[in-house]
Amino acid sequence: MSAAVTVADMSESEDPQRLASEARDRVRFEEDALALADQVYRVARHIANSREDAEELVQETYVRAFRSWASFQPGTNLRAWLLRILTNLNIDRGRRQQRAPQMQALEANDYYLYDKLADDGDGVSDADRVVERLSQDDIVTALAEVPHDFRDVIVLVDIGDFSYADAAQILDIPVGTVMSRLHRGRRILKGALAETALEEAQ
Amino acid sequence: MSYIDPCAHCEEMMQPYLDHVLTEEERVEAESHLDDCEQCRRRYRFEESLRVYVRQATTEQMPAELRQKLSALRIPLD
Repeated sequence: MSAAVTVADMSESEDPQRLASEARDRVRFEEDALALADQVYRVARHIANSREDAEELVQETYVRAFRSWASFQPGTNLRAWLLRILTNLNIDRGRRQQRAPQMQALEANDYYLYDKLADDGDGVSDADRVVERLSQDDIVTALAEVPHDFRDVIVLVDIGDFSYADAAQILDIPVGTVMSRLHRGRRILKGALAETALEEAQ
Repeated sequence: MSYIDPCAHCEEMMQPYLDHVLTEEERVEAESHLDDCEQCRRRYRFEESLRVYVRQATTEQMPAELRQKLSALRIPLD
């Protein structure tokens, strides 16, 4: 190629081959991102405070993802990339308002729920039977009551199947913080579930 | 040296154990206590069942209309 060819001559807009290849990459990116929509929604549903918020959040995430597709590095984790957009949007849009946390008393220990229910007098010892006393709604409601910082981590790791390292990257916090929030968050969740299960037993 | 309650220590290890992030040494230690302690074994089993149940209970299908809306967001080719 001649040295006289200028940068302007090589610009993307004037190179049909490059344009075509870019269009193909973009279409593939969009297809890959859409194929992950179910998994993105599953996490969004519990990061957002309601079904409606979750749907809106997922749509905004895809608007932004399709617009900035070129900044995604092929070969890296697309699902984590999408969730990072989503959690950032969730924070930006001020959707994290939540009633003041008041559950310090409930974060007793890891065995709290089991001990509460197993000691409940009816001699229940089978874990599955204990768990069956909690309805699907009970679980969803209890999870929604966990303060956001803790809930985001539980949702990413326990529902979204992200590793500690991925969750750390998505939320832009250290891995150690992911671990401590996860452990405390699960205890808070179990505290809330124990309260619910005991109320229903009465 | 202060006495460490083995069941309390086992409780501390439960979450990292079930997350598979204990060191080999810690894992062996936890399992050796679990072999001897039915109470802790039950509590671990309960935690495992609970996690599965929480996961099932919180898994919601994406609404079909949302899928269509997302597809419509694709940027058309010129």
